[in-house]
Amino acid sequence: MLNSIVMVKQVPDTANISGKVMRDDGTVNRSKLPAIFNYEDKIALEFALKVKEKFGGKVTAITMGPQRASDILRECLYMGADEVYLISDRKFAGADTLATSYVLSEAIKQIGNYHFIFAGRQAIDGDTAQVGPQTAEKLGIPQITFSEEIIDITEDSVTIKKKIDGGFEILKSKLPVLVTVLKDAAQPRPFSAKRVMAYKNAKSLMDLEKLTEGNSLLYIDKLMHEYKEKKLFINTLTMDDLKLNVDRCGLKGSPTKVHKVESVVLAGNSHNRIEPTSAGLGNLIDQLTQDHIFG
Amino acid sequence: MNNLNNDVWVFIEQREGKVAEVSLELLSKGRKLADSMNGILKSLVIGHEISGIAAMTAEYGVDEAFVVDHSYLKDYLTLPYSKIINELILKENPRIVLFGASIIGRDLAPRIASHTLSGLTADCVDLKIEDVNYVGKDYPKLLLQIRPAFGGNIIATIITPDTATQMATVREGVMELVKVKNPKEIKIHKVKYSPEPADQLVEIIQQHREESKVNLKGSSIIVAGGYGLGSKENFRLIHELAETLGGEVAGSRAAVDAGFIPSERQVGQTGVTVRPKLYIAVGISGAIQHRAGMQDSNKIIAINSDPEAPIFDVAHYAIVGDATEVIPKFIETYKHKLK
Repeated sequence: MLNSIVMVKQVPDTANISGKVMRDDGTVNRSKLPAIFNYEDKIALEFALKVKEKFGGKVTAITMGPQRASDILRECLYMGADEVYLISDRKFAGADTLATSYVLSEAIKQIGNYHFIFAGRQAIDGDTAQVGPQTAEKLGIPQITFSEEIIDITEDSVTIKKKIDGGFEILKSKLPVLVTVLKDAAQPRPFSAKRVMAYKNAKSLMDLEKLTEGNSLLYIDKLMHEYKEKKLFINTLTMDDLKLNVDRCGLKGSPTKVHKVESVVLAGNSHNRIEPTSAGLGNLIDQLTQDHIFG
Repeated sequence: MNNLNNDVWVFIEQREGKVAEVSLELLSKGRKLADSMNGILKSLVIGHEISGIAAMTAEYGVDEAFVVDHSYLKDYLTLPYSKIINELILKENPRIVLFGASIIGRDLAPRIASHTLSGLTADCVDLKIEDVNYVGKDYPKLLLQIRPAFGGNIIATIITPDTATQMATVREGVMELVKVKNPKEIKIHKVKYSPEPADQLVEIIQQHREESKVNLKGSSIIVAGGYGLGSKENFRLIHELAETLGGEVAGSRAAVDAGFIPSERQVGQTGVTVRPKLYIAVGISGAIQHRAGMQDSNKIIAINSDPEAPIFDVAHYAIVGDATEVIPKFIETYKHKLK
C-alpha cells in the first residue's frame, strides 16, 4: 500500500490571452481569463494513479485556490482520485511561492500518511517550478524534479529517470519523496463516465456557501452534512482548520513583492516594409548581402 | 537581519568538472551589481577536485571564493548541496545570491529560498540595483528582479524588500559574459564537509549526458517559426529556409508546446537567449517572453500575416504575408541572387 498526495493548480489559460484581458493600465484582469487544469499536474495525478494500480493505496489531490478551483478537484475525482481537498481562505490571496508552499506543506502534514507527493514541474501562469522543491524542504523530505519515468518502486524506495541539462539521470530515493513531473512523462487518462456521473455534483464548503448566499449558517451546516452523507463533499481546509500563522500566508507571508508592472504595448518601431514579391525580397537580400550577413 | 552586508554570491554550477557558461555570465553581472553596492563578489564552488575552478572565477571579477570539496559532492545532489549553501547563507547573510536557471539551479534555488526564507524570482531577464520607495518606506540599494509574467503579457519588476537575502535565477545567454582585464588573486575560504545520513537519501544510479548538437547561441543566422505556421508540415519551410541560408532552426514557446520543434530549440525567456546577425521570425506573434530572447539580434526580419502582430515592433524588416507563400519565394529569390 503506497499513498500519494498530488498537488494540483488551477491556472489562467495564458496561451489564450485576448485583448480584453489586459486593462488599459496594463494589468491583467484575471477574472476574464478562462481557468484550466495545469496540464503537468494532470500528469502528476496520472503518476499517482499508476502507483495505486500497482501497489494499492490511496490517491489524494489537493489544491490551494479560490472557490472556483473546486472545478479541477472534480476533474481529479473523474480521473480516479480517492479524496480531494480544497485549501481556501481569503487570507491566502496574493501568495507567492514561499507562502504557497507553507500552506500546502501544513495541509499535507495534516492529511499525513503519504509515501509520495506528486506535482507538475511548474504551472503555466508563473513558470517558476518553485513550489515543489519548497514544499519538499518544508516537509523535510527529498525531491526529484523534472521526472520522466518511474523505473522501479519497492516498499521503501523509488527509482526515477529524470531530465538533466544535456541528458538524463537515474536516481534512487528513499520514501517519502516529492516528485515533480514533465509534460511528456505520461498521458493523463480520460475521465471515467461512471465517475463523472458519480461526482459531478461534488461541492466544497465554498461552493455550498455560494449556493446558500444570504441563508443562515444553520442551513449550510445541514447541507454540508447532506453532502458528506452522499460522499459528495469536497474536503475544505481554511486557515483556521490548519492553525496557520497568518504572517506566513498570502501577501503578508510573501517576500517577493511586485514593485512595478509595465504593459508590453510597445511604441511602434520604425521598420522597413518589404513587399512579398520577387522584387521586394530581392532588394532585401541585396541589402543583407551588403551588410555582410549573406554571401 | 543582523550582519547585513553587500555580498553578492554566485553559485558555480559544474558538471563533470566543466563550469556551466551561465555561471560565468552571472559572475559578470554579479560584478556590476557588487560594484553598484560597494560590495564583494564571491563564487560558491561545490564539487570534487575543483580548486582550479575557484581560481578561474577570478577572471570574471570574483573577489573571494567558497570552496567545498569532497568526493561525495562530485555530482550534484539536492540534499547535500542545499544543506551546505543553507548553512553558509545563514552564517554569512549575503545580500544577493544568483543561480543559473538550469535544471540544477531550478532544483536547488527554491529549496534554499524555502529554508532561508529568502525571496526568489525565477527566470529574470534583467537585474539592477536601485533605491526603492515601497509603500511609503525607503529601501536603499535593492535588487530589482525584472521578468516577463503572465504568459509574457506584462513585464514585472519584483523586489524582496524585507528579506536579508535576495535571490534570483537567470537563463543562460541572458547576461553578457565579460572577462576582467587584470584579474587579481582571490581569497579562498575552504568549507569543511562530511556527508551525513540525511544527505544520502537519494543516490545516483546512472548518468547519461551528451554534448548538445544544437548551438543556437553560436549561430549567426537563426530562422524561427511560431504557432502561426499552423502545422508541423508547414514548419518544414522553416527548416528549408534555414538550410538555404546556412542558419539554425528555432521556435517560439507556442511552437514547442504544439510539438512543431523540440524544446532545446526554444528561443525566449524560458528558452535560449540569442543575438545572431540575422533573426528571421516566421508566424511568431511576438509575445514579450519571446522577444526577451531575440530582440538584441543585429537584424530582425518578421514574416507574419497579421499586420498588427507585435513582432513587427522589434523588427527591422516587416513582411506581411502568408509564410507558405513568402518563404518559397524568399528561397527562390535567394538562390537566384547568390548562386
